Amino acid sequence: MTSAAGVMEQAPVDAANVAPPAVCWFEECRRDSVPLVGGKCSSLGELINAGVRVPPGFALTTEGYRRFMAEAGINRELESLLAGADQRDIDGLEEISVKIRALIEARPFSVEIEDLVAECYRKLALRCCMPAVPVAVRSSATAEDLPGASFAGQQDTYLWIRGVDEVLHHMRRCISSLYTGRAIAYRANKGYASDKMAMSVGVQKMANSVTAGVMFTIHPANGDRSVIVIDSNFGFGESVVSGEVTPDHFVVNKVTLDIIDRTISQKQICYTVDPKTQTSQAFEVPFERQKVQSLIDDEITELAWMGKQIEKHYGRPMDIEWAVDKDLPAGGNIFILQARPETVWSEKSQSASTGSGGSAMDYILSSLLTGKKVS
Amino acid sequence: MKFPVPHDIKAKTIPGTEGWERMYPYQYQFVTDDPVRNQYEKETFWFYDGLHYPEPLYPFDTIWDEAWFLALSQFNNRIFMVPPVRGVDHRMINGYPYISPVPVKDPAEIDSRVPNFMERAGYYYKNWDALEAKWKVKMEATIRELEALQIPRLAEMEDISVVTDAIGESKGYHLLKNYDDLINLGIKCWQYHFEFLNLGYAAYVFFLDFAQKLFPSIPPQRVTQMISGIDVIMYQPDEELKKLARRAVELGVDSVITFSPEWTVVEAALKKLPKGVEWLTSLALAREPWFNISTGTGWFHHDRSWNDQMNVPLSGIATYIGKVKQGISLDRPTEKVRAERDRITAEYRDLIEKDEDRKQFDELLGCAKTVFPYVENHLFYVEHWFHSVFWNKMREVGVIMKEHGVIEEVEDIWLLRRDEIKSALWDIVTAWATGVTPRGTMTWPKEILWRKGVMQKFKEWSPPPAIGTAPEVIQEPFTIVLWGVTNKSLADWASVQEVKDPSSITELKGFAGSPGIVEGKARVCRTVSEVGQLQEGEILVAPTTSPSWAPAFAKIGACVTDVGGVMSHAAIVCREYGMPAVVGTGHATKIIKTGMMIRVDGSTGAITITR
Repeated sequence: MTSAAGVMEQAPVDAANVAPPAVCWFEECRRDSVPLVGGKCSSLGELINAGVRVPPGFALTTEGYRRFMAEAGINRELESLLAGADQRDIDGLEEISVKIRALIEARPFSVEIEDLVAECYRKLALRCCMPAVPVAVRSSATAEDLPGASFAGQQDTYLWIRGVDEVLHHMRRCISSLYTGRAIAYRANKGYASDKMAMSVGVQKMANSVTAGVMFTIHPANGDRSVIVIDSNFGFGESVVSGEVTPDHFVVNKVTLDIIDRTISQKQICYTVDPKTQTSQAFEVPFERQKVQSLIDDEITELAWMGKQIEKHYGRPMDIEWAVDKDLPAGGNIFILQARPETVWSEKSQSASTGSGGSAMDYILSSLLTGKKVS
Repeated sequence: MKFPVPHDIKAKTIPGTEGWERMYPYQYQFVTDDPVRNQYEKETFWFYDGLHYPEPLYPFDTIWDEAWFLALSQFNNRIFMVPPVRGVDHRMINGYPYISPVPVKDPAEIDSRVPNFMERAGYYYKNWDALEAKWKVKMEATIRELEALQIPRLAEMEDISVVTDAIGESKGYHLLKNYDDLINLGIKCWQYHFEFLNLGYAAYVFFLDFAQKLFPSIPPQRVTQMISGIDVIMYQPDEELKKLARRAVELGVDSVITFSPEWTVVEAALKKLPKGVEWLTSLALAREPWFNISTGTGWFHHDRSWNDQMNVPLSGIATYIGKVKQGISLDRPTEKVRAERDRITAEYRDLIEKDEDRKQFDELLGCAKTVFPYVENHLFYVEHWFHSVFWNKMREVGVIMKEHGVIEEVEDIWLLRRDEIKSALWDIVTAWATGVTPRGTMTWPKEILWRKGVMQKFKEWSPPPAIGTAPEVIQEPFTIVLWGVTNKSLADWASVQEVKDPSSITELKGFAGSPGIVEGKARVCRTVSEVGQLQEGEILVAPTTSPSWAPAFAKIGACVTDVGGVMSHAAIVCREYGMPAVVGTGHATKIIKTGMMIRVDGSTGAITITR
């Protein structure tokens, strides 16, 4: 598998420059790039480098964030605004938050950063063969994996953003989401200094998904490592992730990649882009489509194969978000949007291990004595 | 789960069959006149052995049911002392056998059986290969003895040699004695049949059990694949057909062989050609023993062998000649099959997290692989080779009974129990010796005519899958692996409703035998003689298949059977060909009609009739 564009773009930042880049492509990131591009973007980079098909994109790095905050003079103003904050005064904090967020959203990036972003966006559009390619702009936090770090603001995602000005604008909105009232209070409470905060913003081609969903490389119900379980619905993955519909459900044998169980559900709604507002909206699935299998068998097999490769790369069961892109031809249209280690079963040991490591005869005897329960 | 009371089912006698009980052994009856036995029968769980008996048993064919009733039970209960199980009890309703494993209930008794079991079963597991080699010698000697057994005709006057050699015995006595020998050889063969089978299945079933504990979703077909042999004896008859096809092309007699579907025509033509005679010599070598393969499971008198129906192997050879002429290789992709088996085994093994589980897996896998060749190979020796010869010896007995007017047709013999045949032979022999008419000439033809009507009514009756009281625990390995008695199957059985309108059914469920999905045109073949009608790519729908059906698999796109599990012939062959199979559907041949478009999902076991 290669990325959609097939070729690696040249890095936008001179490699000889010792200072970290302000902007970089996902494929330049690795698992250990979290301090530079946050958890989400580094994991996407890791996937791309593992040969997994991921929608292409780039990130404003934490270095870019710091330079923006310093160069636009925001840090100084922040200090004075936050100086008077009382963490118990919710209304007061909200007022401060509104001021700070307006401030961040109104300040332009430096020309240098603007140029870097514009150049990346232009190249991205070229790679996707789509002028003003629609992108998702989302924050990628550096402390995502810390307990209690998922405080408000760090999950902001803006979908169906088109044009470089809009991209820049929504990048600032992501940054400003660090300063919601709740986030300010939380940090004050925990004693985190605001000027030590850093964030990265990812800009990724929107997967124009005809079908999307989640995939586990372990059976979430019984911890069976020999299967891959896929849930899918038409449209974007939101309806599956949020549990708004009962998705189609497939169980694939991980060893042989054949589909060993399938449940086709009645899927009443799906999310697709609203052409007017260019946002993701829930729509009713036409009645005659509701009971149609949302993923064809060949796609299920290909997806499961990808899941198997991802698990192999990480060496552990994974929890994966995926989409089938309607703009691309079969065989190159399935994308991985996100992959993270599965946590529930991985912490338990394999389902009720019964092996004593003893002889076959001992096992046969003890099993005969136990028998098979027929309730 | 509630199942019907056996005695209630039995009480609803099908009109016109009153008195049918006399067609079967008396101990097979559910009783009402013995309160203790009646109570036991009510409290016991009985399930219909549809795996072996898709149709009601003819009185004579009950011989194999009695033979395995004895053999399976004795090896469990009296020889290997399997701690928690005794034997498997049998009953009969309207010609359909019902069976039930009998547990050892007293925990102290179970404990006391453990050391004996460990010693005895342990001895067999430890010395498996050496003992199996001995088995083969015993079994082949038994078959040779059967082949040599004479069923003498009764002459007007005994041969002069009886006098000059001072034999002192008549052909009448020999007929009685040899009939007993024939029956006894059959029973002995089934003694050997179970010598290894219980332990073989135990090793398989608990390897399966362990694999399912590690991987709850592992399809049983994959576990079977890990231990299945590649060069099992059951493939040999089919290999012989391929060899004969290649030989025919080499000798340039292929067009003679494909000229007619009638063996007699082809044989006569071959005999006229020197190369044809050469080919017939190769054929003669292949026929013994390989053409003793039955066209059915071998369990029934109507399962004829290739030797009996040469048109069947002839059609197979013709199919393969066609492939050779097209330049298609007939070689089984054994290397590929072996590599895939090893890959699957290694991948599952790698998914095991704990070292002790992996060690246990290796131990059980090793044991299952040691025992499995027997589980696969015994069928050829017993159900095919021995049975094929046996049924024909019985037909020789039938010829004599017909000659003496006790039955009207040779094939009527199957409507008598084997002890009734013995009585009739006494009647014949004493009448012959004395020079009078056997009494049976007036009684048996009438009884046989009535029994034929009864059998017809039995065939139209649908036996309930389970009766009696469901147990809490099942420990008998055969019950689990062969008949698939599990929570799920019990629930399915409990919910089985009589199908009112078969044409309204569009979905069928069976066991996932071999993965993959194929949609295509169905062709229902009730017997192997119909496989000639199969068109390239059609889906074969059959009651069951056996190795004699093998050439059909070279043509079809998928296979569906009424009877069989993941280890059945259809499942194994389809896995090897990489085509889907759904087996053990129960009634596919009744619901699916030739020409219907069906979708077969061999990964989930679902069949959909699309139009």
